[in-house]
This record gives sequence, C-alpha cells and structure tokens, in this order.
Amino acid sequence: MKLAYWMYAGPAHIGTLRVASSFKNVHAIMHAPLGDDYFNVMRSMLERERDFTPVTASIVDRHVLARGSQEKVVDNISRKDKQERPNLIVLTPTCTSSILQEDLQNFVERASASSDSDIILADVNHYRVNELQAADRTLEQVVRYYLDKARRQGNFSVSLTEKPSANIIGIFTLGFHNQHDCRELKRLLKDLGIEINQVIPEGGFVENLHMLPKAWFNLVPYRETGLMTAKYLEKEFGMSYISTTPMGIVDIANCIRQIQEKINIQYPILLKKKINYEPYIDEQTKFISQAAWFSRSIDCQNLTGKKAVVFGDATHAASITKILACEMGIRVSCAGTYCKHDQEWFKEQVQNFCDEILITDDHTKVGDMIARVEPSAIFGTQMERHIGKRLDIPCGVISSPVHIQNFTLGYRPFLGYEGTNQVADLVYNSFTLGMEDHLLEIFGGHDTKEVITKSLSTDTDLTWSSESLLELNKIPGFVRGKIKRNTEKFARQNGITQITAETMYAAKEALNA
Amino acid sequence: MSIKISETLTFECETGNYHTFCPISCVAWLYQKIEDSFFLVVGTKTCGYFLQNALGVMIFAEPRYAMAELEEGDISAQLNDYQELKRLCLQIKKDRNPSVIIWIGTCTTEIIKMDLEGMAPKLENEIEIPIVVARANGLDYAFTQGEDTVLAAMAHRCPEQNFLNNKKQEIKDKKIKDLFSFRFNETEEKNTKFKNNLINKTPLVLFGSLPSTVASQLSLELKRQSIHISGWLPAQRYTDLPVLGNGVYVCGVNPFLSRTATTLMRRRKCKLIGAPFPIGPDGTRAWIEEICSVFGIKTQGLEEREKQVWENLTDYINLVRGKSVFFMGDNLLEISLARFLIRCGMIVYEIGIPYMDKRYQAAELTFLQTTCKKMCLPMPRIVEKPDNYNQIQRMRELQPDLAITGMAHANPLEARGINTKWSVEFTFAQIHGFTNAKDVLELVTRPLRRNNNLENLGWTNLVK
Repeated sequence: MKLAYWMYAGPAHIGTLRVASSFKNVHAIMHAPLGDDYFNVMRSMLERERDFTPVTASIVDRHVLARGSQEKVVDNISRKDKQERPNLIVLTPTCTSSILQEDLQNFVERASASSDSDIILADVNHYRVNELQAADRTLEQVVRYYLDKARRQGNFSVSLTEKPSANIIGIFTLGFHNQHDCRELKRLLKDLGIEINQVIPEGGFVENLHMLPKAWFNLVPYRETGLMTAKYLEKEFGMSYISTTPMGIVDIANCIRQIQEKINIQYPILLKKKINYEPYIDEQTKFISQAAWFSRSIDCQNLTGKKAVVFGDATHAASITKILACEMGIRVSCAGTYCKHDQEWFKEQVQNFCDEILITDDHTKVGDMIARVEPSAIFGTQMERHIGKRLDIPCGVISSPVHIQNFTLGYRPFLGYEGTNQVADLVYNSFTLGMEDHLLEIFGGHDTKEVITKSLSTDTDLTWSSESLLELNKIPGFVRGKIKRNTEKFARQNGITQITAETMYAAKEALNA
Repeated sequence: MSIKISETLTFECETGNYHTFCPISCVAWLYQKIEDSFFLVVGTKTCGYFLQNALGVMIFAEPRYAMAELEEGDISAQLNDYQELKRLCLQIKKDRNPSVIIWIGTCTTEIIKMDLEGMAPKLENEIEIPIVVARANGLDYAFTQGEDTVLAAMAHRCPEQNFLNNKKQEIKDKKIKDLFSFRFNETEEKNTKFKNNLINKTPLVLFGSLPSTVASQLSLELKRQSIHISGWLPAQRYTDLPVLGNGVYVCGVNPFLSRTATTLMRRRKCKLIGAPFPIGPDGTRAWIEEICSVFGIKTQGLEEREKQVWENLTDYINLVRGKSVFFMGDNLLEISLARFLIRCGMIVYEIGIPYMDKRYQAAELTFLQTTCKKMCLPMPRIVEKPDNYNQIQRMRELQPDLAITGMAHANPLEARGINTKWSVEFTFAQIHGFTNAKDVLELVTRPLRRNNNLENLGWTNLVK
C-alpha cells in the first residue's frame, strides 16, 4: 500500500479510453462499477466536447460479484452495436475487472458472432501499466488489428503515395495542447511539400487504417504515445519513423533534417531529385519564428543564468529543458519526469543540460526539491503550479496533468515554429512576473505575509521562537527563504533545536565569515 | 416511443446504465464538515484519479484525506493488509494527529474481501485513534449514498444515553404519550410551560451533513418553535458526536440517508420522525410542522414565514413558471427538488433517481403528490436506476426547457439546444431551509437567464 494524495499519470483504462474516443465512430465499453465513467466528465468538461463521449459502462454490481457478468457484457455490446452502429467496440477492463478475472475475451468472441461492429478487448493490465503506457498499447493494438484484418481480406495496398507523405501518430483527446500541435505539424509538413496521409488516433476512422502503409514515413511527436505503433509499422512494413519532438528551434531543425535524410536516402528515384530543406530552416529560424531573435534580444539577456526547475512528462520536460538551457541560457537546476518507464531516454536527453535529474511520481518529492533549489521559475504540471503558489515562485505549465485553463480556445501550439513563439512567451512571462514580485517586496510592497515554510515534508525537528519568527518576517520575502534555510542548516550543524534571534545572527555571521 | 404523463405517481426501473459520481466523493464534503477527521480511502489508482479530478483545487489545500493505494502485492495478498494499514495510519497520526480516521472501503476491498471491519478495532487499540469503517463503494451505492454509509457507521460511535433504563425515562415516555393523546385538549394549552420543559428534555438529533451556517439556520428555525436540538450527526468535530439511545428522536435533513435512519432506529433504538425534507420553503415548513406535531407543539408564524419567502422569490418564479424540467438523476435529491420546482409552477417530465427508498422518503412522496394536485400539474414519472441512453431519446422527444444532469451530458445537451443545469451543484450549494430557497432557484434559473441574454444570436444548436 502506498499513501497517496495525488498522481501524475492516471490509471490504465483512462489511456485506453482516450485512444478509443479519439477515433471517430469507435465506442468503448468499460467493465466497471458505477461511478467509474468519470472519464466522460473529463472529456466533456476539459475538451468542451459537443458530442456525447462514446464511452459507456457495463456496470459491475453486487449481482455480477456473486454470479459473474454472464450475459451482461455481451448484451451491452450488442445493444451498443445496434444503437450507435460503431465500426469498432473496445471492451475496456478496469482495476475491478482485473481482479474479478472474468474471461472478457470470451465475451468478446461471443458478442462478435452477433454484431456488425468489430470488437476487441483492450490488452492492458491495471496493475502493471499507467495511463500513458496503456494509451500507447491500445493504439498499437487497434492498428495491428486492422492491418491484420486487411491482410486477411487482401484489400490493402503497400504502394506508396505519389508525393512524399507522412502519418502523424499519437495526437489524441485530453492530450496537452494536442489539437494545436496537430494543426502546427500539418502546416509544417505542408511547407515541406509533404502530404498528410493520416493522423491517428484523433479524428481518424479505423476503416482507413489499412491505408497507413501508403505513407513514406511516420512522425511520432510525443514519446508517450505512438512509439509502439511506429515500431510495429517499421517491423511489418519497413516504414521508417521520426520520433524527434519538433519543439524548440534546435529540435525542429533536427526533425526536419531527419525527414530530409529519410526521403533522400530511401526514395530519391520516386522524386527524381534530392530535396534540400536547409533554406527553409534558415528562413523560418531567422525571420518567421521570433524565438531566435528573442534569444539575442536584451530581454533574454536578463534571464541569463537564472535558475529554473523543469518537471513533466518525458517529452515536454526534456524539450523544455533543452530550450531553456541551449536556446535561452537559463540554468536548469533540476529536470525531472514522472515517466519512470522511460527514464533511460530522459536521462540521456537532459544529461548535459541540467545540474540534476529527478525521476519520481511522488509530488511531495518534487515539492521538496523545488523548496530546496529555490528557482526563480518553475516549468511543470498543474501540481508544480500549486507548489509554486505556496512557495511564491512563478510557474509555467508545460505538461499534463492539466486543468481546464490548459485547454485554451486560442491557438497555442508547443510544437513547430509557432510553438517556439508560444514557449518563449511562456518562459519570459513567468520570469518577469517573478521580477516584478521581487521589486514590490524590495520597495516595501505588501510585506505583511506570514512566515513561509519552504518545505513540504514534515520531518523538521527545529522550532522557531516567536521573537525569531518576528525577526524572520522583517527580512524581505525574496531572501527570507534562503535565510531561513541557512539558519536551520547552521542550527543543525551546531546541535541547536530552538532557534532564537541570536541563532539567526550567529548563522549570519558564520556564513559571512 | 410515446410518453404519457400519468395522473398518479408511477415508478419505473430501468437498466442502471447511468452516470453518477462514485460514493467515495463524500469525503470531499465530510472531511470539511468534520474538522478533526482524516479520511483514508482504501482503493486503487482509479479511485484516486476520480477524487483528484472531481475535487480539483481542493487537492492542493492539504486536504485531510488520502488514498491507501493498493498495489499488486496487496491484491495477491503478498503483503499483510493489517501491517500495511497500520504503517499508513501511524504515518497519518504522526503527520496530522486526527481524532478519528475513517476508512472508506471501495470496490476493490469488497472484491478481495479485505476485512476492514475486523481489522479496525484491533488497530484502533494499537494506535489509540478511533477508526470508523464505511463501505462507500460503486458496487452498491451512488454518489451521495456515500455520506449515508459514513453516517450509518458513525451512528454506532455516538455515546449512549445514560438514563436509558431508569424509571425516570419510562415516566417521561408515559407523559409524552399522555401528552399526545390530549394533543388538542384544552388542558394542554394550560400546561404549556410544563410541556416546553418536557420538550427541552426530549432529545432531538438531526442527521445529515450540512455546512455549519445552514445547520445553525435550521436550528434557529426550530428554536423559534421552541424546539431545541440536542445534537447533529455529524457534528463539527468527531469528539462532539450526539448522545443517542432509546427515547431520542431523530430526523433526517437529506433524502439519501436511509441507511443512517435504519441504523438509528434499529441499532440505536431512536424514534424516527418521517418528514419531507427542508428543501424549498414548502419543504422547510412541512419539515418543521412534522417535527412540531410529533412534539405536540402548535407552530407559530410558520405560514407567514413561508409566504414571505415565496414573495421574495417572485422574480425567479416568473422565470420558471410553466417551463418544463427533466431530472436525469444522480444524487437522490431529485424528489425533493422536483417537488419544490412543481410548487414553483414548473412541469416535471421525469424524475430519474439512482435509488428510491419509499419508506424513508414516504412523507416526501406524499408531499410530491399533494403538491401536484394543488398546482394542477401532471404527476411526473419516477425512474429508478435510469438508463441515460433511453433518457436522452426521451428528451429528444420531449424537448424540456431544462435538463438537470451530470457533467458528462451537460455540454453535449447544450450543443443540441437543451438547457442544462449541472446536478452536482445542488449537492454542494446551500439549499436547505427558508433562507436558501433562493439559492436553489438561482441555480435552476441560471441557464434560463443566460439564455435570455443570448436569445437572438441564432446559435442555439451547435452540432452538425
């Protein structure tokens, strides 16, 4: 058992539902108790969906517990088949069905006999994988199912499209700025003269999946979802894929060069010429995107050497770390991710761009790290934003988990050249807000705050006397935390448990000496 | 599909394929109500994910609840439940030092048959903090029924009334009986002083969790009728739980507390006052009247009080009169709300409700019926365990002016031109008593008022 207040990645079935409900005309049926359909609320509220979320539950109640689901699941599948006529029904197990160990595959087979829809059982284990891993798996499972089906029926063509084309894999519902990123990627590929073969799963039809191999290559913008599918397609159809996230000027260029390389090595005959994207990269970097110019400008100069902490999913945390360190000259004191399953990759990516690396899915550890590092700004998830609020440190949200305010109506991609502008704004605004705040404090703004406890853990055994607290309150806010920390460090070193004003002065002297 | 609206109350039962919150959500309001408590939800990531998303910002405010997240080792019994829970509870004791830890059993603990009730007393002795076990799981209950399971479990922890078995009590009971048989007798009038004395000694405990302001508003209303409340279940602090026992009268303030009511009657030998619930001015008056009649008190100024409240609501009522409403059903407040809205002149097409306890809600149902007759409005159909898919089909046909529904359906319905009000807001808003009748209508009319503002823009239906 684990005492938990909050989690970064959700349970497995959420991942499956996100993939299933991103496709068009696919229905998911959860084998779950009443109340587990909270996913519908999230999709309807966060994404502000106009359509009913195509997810229903086959309810597990007392009777099911006693006698098994028996006909219930099969009935529910057939009923949904008649009501909505979906192309595909995905039977989704939950934590409850994991332990009930009912033969769901058998239900699927029985229901298939009488349904027009295709039916599959999502192959996810609640206790082994999280939301992101499950999404990755489910997407691969669906793609595999339809390619196998096409192969059996012999109705799929592996002939490539005439012009260079790409599949974008891994854009889906409730993803962090996924819709905007998708639009930006389409624009980028169009600029490069590459056609979009398919975007999956968002807005895709499973009936069209057999046309996936017609594309010249696959683009996987996010590491968390899509890699399994891309690897499967590579193995089965020799389709190459690019998994460099086009976020930040450097990586966009990397990504475009990889595309160029792939096309030039593999398909020069089809095109009858070699393509060269260098002029495009140069033009975009210098004159279309404002981010390169911004990094030369006086504004950005002021950010040099400022400390920041980055935390989020592997894709976003790694990319933002690289942007801050390489493109803006900001010192990343700590970069971290909650994607424990992908930590090797993450470590390799950020190794040279930050002072330390934190791999954890425990938000108190992240909070403690931030309290210790005392950065000028945080780039993290909604959780880090709240930690920042408590510690008076500004925070830019760069990754899931997110709130409704991260589903903006306006156009806010993180990827591509417009994305670089958005990220630059986000970074710059976070820091200036912090500066303003400090200036206020220096000039005696509102300095009536309570003492800040810059730690989230409860293991401190030091007590502050009331007079020392008063003294601490006199110190301007922006150095108060540091003074407090130094004093406590000094007290610990000298075996003092009760901190008085004298201790504070002693600590100050000891450090000055 | 043709839909008839009948002359009498009709009860139907559908498939139970409906959207509601998991009953563990009750920790959200109960941990705030019971200030010295700590709620430990023994469940999986699924439960945790629900809580963290449903309760949004509350998560960040150092809540006094947490998950005991079960891992694979717990499920396969490689780890010892007792030792694991002990470790977590000691941690909680160290960090928060609560006066009570409430274990919320979930679907998973039910399925793997974790003996929470068995472990609690042992652990309680070991760590010296009371542990209350409530099985608020989605296998058996819906949304607000979670509170019901917690309060039912807590009822066992209320101190016993000491003077239970001595003769004094018997005499008192006899006196009350006498009193009742002479209720309309002149002698009673003369004995007002004596009677008041007696009433103040006859304990009345109200059950149901309300925000403290609402609780004191209701207490005040009863005090005006010279009825003194001896306690609330739950109280503001666990250490202040009310005294229960034979001879204590109890009355519910919420329609979803049937288990608690049963426990109070059967296990704690209390006397249940069956009344409509104090939602809306009509409900509040009926509730007070019922309590007064049990104590043999003639109410004073109640009619004027109700009238006054209705007058203050005129603006709202003009907005809702003649409009139709459809309750999809997810929090068990539906009957009381429907009754109030009918009294406001609305036409209720359907009352969906997760679970209908006809005995506990008897007075409310009768009141609903008389209200319909009085207002000359058709009786709504009551659909227990509704099927959301069917309901949406019915709504397509009926085109109600307002659908009271869960968040899962609200936006899709709005996009199809049906006004919606999110039902969960009724659970969190203050809706009890005379004072808060306005708040209910504020909620109900919000979509209607919003529409008055957007009326002529021509974008009601926003789906292709």
